[in-house]
Amino acid sequence: MRHQGGILQNIDRWMVIIFMLLVAMGWLSIYAAVYNDEHQSIMDLSQNYGKQAIWIGGALLIALSILIIDGKFFAAFSYPIYILFILLLLVVLIVARDVKGAVSWIDIGSFKLQPSEFAKFATNMALAKFLSTLDIRMKDMKTKVISLLIISLPAVLILLQNDTGSALVYASFIFVLYREGLSGNILIFGFVAAVLFVLTLLVPQYILFGVIGGIALVFYFFVRKKRQNILIIAAGALIASAIVFSVDYSFNHILQEHQRTRINVLLGKEIDPKGAGYNVNQSKIAIGSGGFFGKGFLQGTQTKFDFVPEQSTDFIFCTVGEEWGFAGSALVIGLFMLLLWRIIYVAERQRSQYSRIYGYGVACILFFHLMVNIGMTVGLAPVIGIPLPFFSYGGSSLWSFTILLFVFIKLDAYRLEILR
Amino acid sequence: MNVSQGRSSVILLIFFAVGFIFLVRLFSIQVLDDSYKASADDNAIRKVTEYPARGLIYDRNGNLLVYNEPVYDLMIVPKQVKDIDTVQFCNLVGITTIEFTELYRKARVYSKVKPSIFIKQLSIKTYGALQEVLFKFPGFFVQPRTLRKYPDPMAAHLFGYIGEVDTNITRKDSYYKDGDYIGKSGIEQSYEKVLRGKRGTRTLLVDVFNREKGSYHEGKFDTTAVAGQNLTLSLDAKLQAYGEKLFQNKVGGVVAIDPSTGEILACVSSPGYDPNLLVGRKRTKNYAALLFEPTKPLFNRALMAYYPPGSTFKLINDLIAEQEGVLYPGTSYYCDGGYHMGSMTVKCDARHGSLALQMAIAHSCNTYHCYVFRSIIDQKKFRTSEEGYLNWRNHVLTFGIGKRLFSDLPQELKGNVPSVEFYDRYFGKGRWKSSTVISLSIGQGELGITPLQMANTMCIIANKGYYYVPHIVKAISDSAGISEHFLEKQYTDVDSKYFDIVIEGMQSVVESGTAAGSKIKDIVVCGKTGTAQNPHGRDHSLFVGYAPRENPKIAIGIMVENGGWGSDWAAPIATLMMEKYLRDSISRPVIEKRMFDGVVIPKIYMEEKLKEDKKKQERKDSLAVKAVAALKKTE
Repeated sequence: MRHQGGILQNIDRWMVIIFMLLVAMGWLSIYAAVYNDEHQSIMDLSQNYGKQAIWIGGALLIALSILIIDGKFFAAFSYPIYILFILLLLVVLIVARDVKGAVSWIDIGSFKLQPSEFAKFATNMALAKFLSTLDIRMKDMKTKVISLLIISLPAVLILLQNDTGSALVYASFIFVLYREGLSGNILIFGFVAAVLFVLTLLVPQYILFGVIGGIALVFYFFVRKKRQNILIIAAGALIASAIVFSVDYSFNHILQEHQRTRINVLLGKEIDPKGAGYNVNQSKIAIGSGGFFGKGFLQGTQTKFDFVPEQSTDFIFCTVGEEWGFAGSALVIGLFMLLLWRIIYVAERQRSQYSRIYGYGVACILFFHLMVNIGMTVGLAPVIGIPLPFFSYGGSSLWSFTILLFVFIKLDAYRLEILR
Repeated sequence: MNVSQGRSSVILLIFFAVGFIFLVRLFSIQVLDDSYKASADDNAIRKVTEYPARGLIYDRNGNLLVYNEPVYDLMIVPKQVKDIDTVQFCNLVGITTIEFTELYRKARVYSKVKPSIFIKQLSIKTYGALQEVLFKFPGFFVQPRTLRKYPDPMAAHLFGYIGEVDTNITRKDSYYKDGDYIGKSGIEQSYEKVLRGKRGTRTLLVDVFNREKGSYHEGKFDTTAVAGQNLTLSLDAKLQAYGEKLFQNKVGGVVAIDPSTGEILACVSSPGYDPNLLVGRKRTKNYAALLFEPTKPLFNRALMAYYPPGSTFKLINDLIAEQEGVLYPGTSYYCDGGYHMGSMTVKCDARHGSLALQMAIAHSCNTYHCYVFRSIIDQKKFRTSEEGYLNWRNHVLTFGIGKRLFSDLPQELKGNVPSVEFYDRYFGKGRWKSSTVISLSIGQGELGITPLQMANTMCIIANKGYYYVPHIVKAISDSAGISEHFLEKQYTDVDSKYFDIVIEGMQSVVESGTAAGSKIKDIVVCGKTGTAQNPHGRDHSLFVGYAPRENPKIAIGIMVENGGWGSDWAAPIATLMMEKYLRDSISRPVIEKRMFDGVVIPKIYMEEKLKEDKKKQERKDSLAVKAVAALKKTE
């Protein structure tokens, strides 16, 4: 009895409340997006919001179950769970159904399961488990390689399912590795690489090479006294040029046609408001027309009348933007930021390395989804179909995020019992 | 392995930086940039104009004369048209794909985002078939409109017609937009503002498939269309139809007015046409056909044709002479078969011998009236003939001749009473006198008067000195009533006491004089025939009159072009109409039949018709010749 009462008392109320708020707002947005005069009952199971209500009920049950499970369970079963989901991903590759070009679903009875959603939290557990092993040092090459393997194995499998968006999420673990001691240069490198990526697509190559050479020359004049620095500059310039080359090559030869178009539309190189640019254009119209206070609940014409595609899943933020305006959008982003801050804060107070690393993984995954999803709806990121956590319609996504978060809440609540 | 706390700050900083970028982006597109709101409205909002039903028109007895029939305009918003099955669409609305392309191009030129008419006035059948699948054709929608319908085709000139508004009107009057309809003539024109009602707009929400999704803000910005007001005309439909029937195969006009109110009871211009011809898509074609008819059916003779009044004008001269104190009931002149001025003679139809006013009217003595006219002009008080003439002319104008009456019919013309300046120009100043213009004494010369004005002079005599401005609308629904202008007595400058002897004469005209053949048993008709010489051929047949003598109910002015004697056609038709109106039964079926059957098509129209036919035939012949030539070539 003491044990259970302790758990419920020790859970972090901030995270739970924010979770509840986001789920509730998400459901209202789905209701508004699907709403029409014929289907007004909130529990209409033929409609997305009716189904989502069931998913939410399920999510709450799952959350409760997680809180009841022994805190030791997660660390102990990290690897088995990871392996289970790797296997499931393999199964998907063999038997999955084709949903919008991506094969990522398994039918279980009348339900469709999307293992790629759950693989995120399994990977997070495995990574936390691995990095929390005694005597692991981030500086060791072995550590780096094994971490990279843990992260990239599911990512590659998901990529093979043609679900690029979900695969990209795994890149966010880079922040976890950084927190655990990976050199900060990796972030700078990533940033420079991203800038070069965009520039390669916008600016002719010879100009880029000229600019890279110019920058290298300027650096050279500042640091020419040390030979070592000159080498670094030379290596940097070489790598930068290599990135430019490879980006150009991979963009034209590896990316698929629709991916190329989406990126070109984002960069303004192609204007195609009826075709590839349609989604983003309509999404921006919906959000932009919301004004400061929005059009009011159920008053959004763009989302209600289906001008925005995928409005209850990937483009759910449009409903928020249109009906609640800037005020509502800022509230949602604020809540997410608060949640991210809280997770990092709570992660830092953990005594167990496992719990801390896991917490960072949660924050990174949520952040990546947030960045790409909202970035896409406001036209700052290319159209990559990944859901907005807790908001988007879909059982797999909601449940996986719930598990992801509540395992962390459980670990946090359990922290006082560790090393007592 | 616990790395410095700084790293968590770096990560949080990156998180917050992205969050901040989103807020800035959202603020910029949601608050700063208005263009998204406009785009959203473009997407989801469609303004639909609600056209009110045009007012209905009834006759004085409540018979419906003009009503509305629904038709459907197919509208297009070019910007919303995408991915449609053009072939299926064309089949549905019955056009070719080439026509479709051209119509689409035109609509785009007008506006890409504003709705415009794609195809006018779809039939109910086409509309029904289209409506079911309209959702397949985003960018198209249907707008209900109404067309005029006339259950008993009559009085086409009176009603006028409705057509698309001209650009010079849309420029001046912001109420009208291109493609709107407006009354173009007749009552439709003069009562346009009353009949048209008030247009409403509805703001509709449409979904991505252009399907209607209800009203915008529960219709807060909608304005409802207010139906036009109904008109009750003073027209007696039965009398009008009877007049038109009597006039069949004749050319001319007749106007009947209730002298006690100025209400127009019938207004016939012959030949007429079926008003249903000038409605809808076939209007332009039919209009052109009517326009080129030699008998000019579009010309409203009752209001616009100038005819010499002939002998009917003698009444006016007699009244003026009495007022001027140069003529008394007992004044008698001697008629030896003409009025002589030096070498010139105005002939009279008979040698009437010595006769006084009443008989001079009854027998329409020209000689007598030449004396009367000269006595008016050549009074001692005037120093010159011009002065005398001007005085006479001013008297005539008070009878509503030579000036517009300002009735509520837009086409009404003013007629012509020659001015002093006209004669000065024609003969030279000071080189003309009463004898020069003597033909005015018997209503000839340059005088021009419309059938409406003829009828109006009869109202004046029936009322002994005044008239009400003739008008066709008796009542407007929802309105206090007709304009004050129609309720005021308009006085002539002849005192009422001078009318009795003229009326006496007019009664004699019908009882024993020139119109004795048109007597009606038990109804005392006062009238005057006219037989007007004209340059176009046979004399025009005229009659003016009213009945009954006491408490007059109907005054008539009628003109049958080239009908010969006034007593031949004009007097019988006029008295038949009086009888019809007063008694609703005809006691003279033989005369009635003769009128129905009579054909009096003036020669000039026949000649024109012949010319027209000849041209047509020539055209045909030349085509045939060409065809034959072509055939020969191929052989």
